[in-house]
Amino acid sequence: MDDIYPLMEHAADTLCAASGRPAAAITLERLAAGELTDADLRIAADALRAQAAIALAAGYPQLAANLRRAAELTAVPNAELLRMYETLRPGRATHAEMLALAARLEETYGAIETGAFVREAAAVYLSRGLTAPTP
Amino acid sequence: MKRESEMSAENKSRRFAVLAERDINKETFVEPWPEAGLIVADSPYDPRPSLRIEAGRVVEMDGKARADFDSLDLFIADHALDLSVAAEAMATPSLQIAHMLTDINVPQTAVRRLACGCTPAKLVEIIRHMNVLEMMIGLAKMRVRRTPANQAHVTNWKEHPALLAADAAEAALRGFAEVETTVRVARNAPFNALAVLVGTQTGRGGVLTQCAVEESLGLRLAMKGLTTYAETLSVYGTERAFVDGDDTPWSKAFLAAAYASRGVKVRFTSGTGSEALMGHAERCSMLYLEARCLLVTKGAGSQGVQNGSISCIALPESLPGGVRAVLAENLLASMIGLECASGNDALASHSTMRKSAKLMLQFIPGTDFICSGYSAVPKRDNLFGGGNFDAEDFDDWNVLQRDMQVDGGVLPATEEAVLAVRERAARAIQAVYAGLGLPPITDAEVAAAITAHSSDDMPDRDAVADLAAADRFLASDAGMLTVAEALRRAGFVDIAANILEMGRQRVAGDYLQPAAIFTSPAGAEGSRPLRVLSAINDPNDYAGPGTGYRLEGTRWEALQAIRQAQSPRHFVAPHVGPSSPRLVELGLARPSTRAEIIVAVGPAFNTALTRTIAGLEHEAVLAAILSGVADEGLTARIVKVYRSSDLAAIGYAGAELSGSGIAIGLQSRGTAVIHKRGLARLNNLELFPQSPSLTLETYRAIGRNAARYAKGVPPAPVGVKIDNWARLRLIVKTALLHRRETDEIADKPPQELWFDWEPD
Repeated sequence: MDDIYPLMEHAADTLCAASGRPAAAITLERLAAGELTDADLRIAADALRAQAAIALAAGYPQLAANLRRAAELTAVPNAELLRMYETLRPGRATHAEMLALAARLEETYGAIETGAFVREAAAVYLSRGLTAPTP
Repeated sequence: MKRESEMSAENKSRRFAVLAERDINKETFVEPWPEAGLIVADSPYDPRPSLRIEAGRVVEMDGKARADFDSLDLFIADHALDLSVAAEAMATPSLQIAHMLTDINVPQTAVRRLACGCTPAKLVEIIRHMNVLEMMIGLAKMRVRRTPANQAHVTNWKEHPALLAADAAEAALRGFAEVETTVRVARNAPFNALAVLVGTQTGRGGVLTQCAVEESLGLRLAMKGLTTYAETLSVYGTERAFVDGDDTPWSKAFLAAAYASRGVKVRFTSGTGSEALMGHAERCSMLYLEARCLLVTKGAGSQGVQNGSISCIALPESLPGGVRAVLAENLLASMIGLECASGNDALASHSTMRKSAKLMLQFIPGTDFICSGYSAVPKRDNLFGGGNFDAEDFDDWNVLQRDMQVDGGVLPATEEAVLAVRERAARAIQAVYAGLGLPPITDAEVAAAITAHSSDDMPDRDAVADLAAADRFLASDAGMLTVAEALRRAGFVDIAANILEMGRQRVAGDYLQPAAIFTSPAGAEGSRPLRVLSAINDPNDYAGPGTGYRLEGTRWEALQAIRQAQSPRHFVAPHVGPSSPRLVELGLARPSTRAEIIVAVGPAFNTALTRTIAGLEHEAVLAAILSGVADEGLTARIVKVYRSSDLAAIGYAGAELSGSGIAIGLQSRGTAVIHKRGLARLNNLELFPQSPSLTLETYRAIGRNAARYAKGVPPAPVGVKIDNWARLRLIVKTALLHRRETDEIADKPPQELWFDWEPD
């Protein structure tokens, strides 16, 4: 693991932000030149997948699964991500709305693992009375 | 036994009246009541451990069939348990796993492998076999990160940005690896997070920061780059408590992934007592419910947990075994591979003795974060409800580390360094406010923040204007980059670079791994590059003496260098002045048969030392003793004993020479004894060991009494002020003065001294 982690050290050449800007190019000089944007400080799905692989190899499979879901969620814009979380809170969404959320994750964002996770939640919520009453 | 109320007034014990006033008796103590969830461990209603797996799926867990599972059971069964090892783990006797926890020959990984296959009831059953000492050994081994650390709370009642920045900078300087803030008024959240970000990165680059607020708002702050971790993702051990907390295991897990998707470290929060407090304990013990919380946390993919009862701490502490159970929950978290920020945060006791004793259970073994919030501000400014340890305890904490050679994660700091870093942070946040067009921070506010102890020392701000600006700031695109750029433009280049580096680290995500912190030297300068330490590159490898984390080398030197520590080399100097020319050594002292008193002095008397520990000139002490002897109509001869610096030996040698058989032994530091020929050396007539309290009047009384013994007249009691603390205060000086006297020992018989002195 010592030759992979930390990525900042061992993947310095290939590590990129969500914007595609190499981590090595996130500098005060670029900031001063007005070149940096918020996306330059956002983690890319690839980096999260790399961290997930590291966590899995080190014996942390649940953390790895979380980081894979996170990799998928990098594609979701901030405001929608907040809404998705809100939908998953108890009593907020009907069963159908939860299934729609799962479908949107899968179809719009290619978030297969997260979509399945939401489907699983939908089934549990239904059986445990945690869904919103159907209007 | 009669009840207290039935006792008559004359039957009241004065001792019990004093005990009733003690701090410990401000606490509430209750007997267990399982039906109300008021039992810390082993409720008769706790389930027995069991697990049945069919076709790769859990069909029964802890005595419950899958059809009867609630949402937590389902989540634990399907996400938390490692089914590849579960059968083996459940078949291993719990006592055997308890043994493995304390056996230094069993590596951490072997215990963790089995623990990850244990159901909640099984985990609790393992702990049932362990006392606190065994649990501490287990914790030292199971802690995730090898290097222990600590977290600070920085808040203030006025939510003053300059004070927040200054206190955050001081906390960073003092070595805290994380700083958590929160709000009094929720709308202030973005500004509080901003001030703590700027402050910490002034004190030391790489300190992780968070702002504890409602979940959605917390995520928004993280998205803006104002925080780098989130901790208050609370989970509960029953479904009803969970839902009252407005979440489910799935929504919490989604939130954790959402944070991670923005490169933000996440830690869940749980702790004994929360379910009972929320009325949903379902007759189960606090520890069993906490085991469920921990498995939900694990299943959700959180890298760690803040547990140890946290804000509920007084509830388990009201019950028998409460503090043990809190240690047990820390151990359980570590066993299953969760980073553990181990409580010691919320106000837990009125009694400093009880607080400190409880702390030792985490402090000595070391945890990933000893406190999940050491209040780096005064109690009243702590918006988490008052810290158990706060800014007023910094020195105590540093001394405890120094006493035990234990790394509690808090560096000593000098007043000069603290003032410098507070000024820099206050000026930096002033510059950020100016650069972003926020309501200005005046020079007077900056000046107040530098020297302030609490928000009482701070001027009031226009709260309405600040809140309106905070709303606009939250809604705007401004974030970490804007802040870094404002700092750079104002000339705070190093702080800007530190903040940008936190953004760059976010891109790598190395600190999303278990128990990650950044280490870097103190100060904004030279903080980069940051070095991440986590379970991946700093796994705890404790395997008994000589292994694992050891406080040694430069870190140990830094922790022992408290500002109060002084060189003992000049302790003796105030006790060495010019020798009195009125005291002259004549030659060999001979025995006599006259009715006299001998004053036998130590080898350093009036030469290598000239003043007693109380600062009295030797000459004056001698004059006082001789005056006392003269008061009784006798005379005294003075001899200097060279062969010993021991008081009994000096007095004994004097008595051997004395015509009356009575001698006063006097060490150069002032300790005195009245000795008599024929007594055993270590016996005496009177001993005056409290030399710091002896005055010239006492020495005169000692002289009088010695003469009365010689005359066969009953002695009068010598009044000596009793000061029990003198020994504590002066023991180093006592040792050094005695050492100086011992250095003067020479192989020659007692010598007679001539003292040019006449009684008044």
